[in-house]
Amino acid sequence: MKVTVKYFAVCHEMLNRSEEEMQLPEGATVKTILKQLEEEWPEIAEFYEVMQMAVNWEYATENTELADGDEVALIPPVTGGTDVQDNR
Amino acid sequence: MFKITDDVITGAEVREAVEAHDAGAVVLFLGTVRNNTDGRPTKYLEYEAYPPMAEKKMAEIAEEIADKWGLHRVAMIHRIGKLEIGEVSVAVAVASPHRKDGFEACQYAMNRLKQIVPIWKREVWEDGDADWVKPDAVFYDELPERT
Repeated sequence: MKVTVKYFAVCHEMLNRSEEEMQLPEGATVKTILKQLEEEWPEIAEFYEVMQMAVNWEYATENTELADGDEVALIPPVTGGTDVQDNR
Repeated sequence: MFKITDDVITGAEVREAVEAHDAGAVVLFLGTVRNNTDGRPTKYLEYEAYPPMAEKKMAEIAEEIADKWGLHRVAMIHRIGKLEIGEVSVAVAVASPHRKDGFEACQYAMNRLKQIVPIWKREVWEDGDADWVKPDAVFYDELPERT
C-alpha cells in the first residue's frame, strides 16, 4: 500500500521535507512509519512520547492500522502554553 | 467559519460570521504578535499549520461549545506565514444571549485551540536566532540533530 506522510514544524525542519509517499507492507501501522523514520533519524525515537500522530486528520496511536491512500502526519507539540483547563 | 488563511485578519470576518438577532453579546478575541517573550525581543513570527486537520479540529471545538453552553454561533480563523509585530494571528468570535457564557466559551475555544489544533509558531528573535515555540521549553533545546 502507498500512504502520504506529512511533517510539520520541527519535524519538517529536521527531515528537510514537508511530505513524502511511503510504500508499506499490508498490515502496516503508524509504528511501521516511525520505525522507518528512525533509520534515517535515529534520535527521533526519543521524542515519540511528546509527539502525536494523525491519520486522515484525526489523532491516532502507534497501533492505528493503515490503508492504501491514507494521509499520515507527525504532529509535534502544538503552539502555546500548558495553562489549558476546562472552565466548567 | 473555521479557517486557516494567508490573509490579514481584522476580526470583522469572524464577527460577521456569528451575527444573530437572538444574541445579546458577541465576544471577540484577537491574538496579536507580541514584541517579546519573557523580555527577549522578537523580530517577527512565522506560523505553520496542517490546514485540513486544523479546520476540522476547530469545528470540533465549536461542537464542544454547543454541548457545554448550548451556543451554536462560534467562528475561528488563524493566519499562517510571516506575521509582523502587532498583526493579528488568530480571531475567535462567540455570539450568545448573555455575556457570561460568551466570555467563558471564547476562553474555552482559545484554550482548546492551543491544545488540539495543529498550528505551530516559529519565533524569530531580534538577535537572529529562531525557535519553534513549545509547551515545554526544554523540549527543542534538546532535540537531536539529524544524522
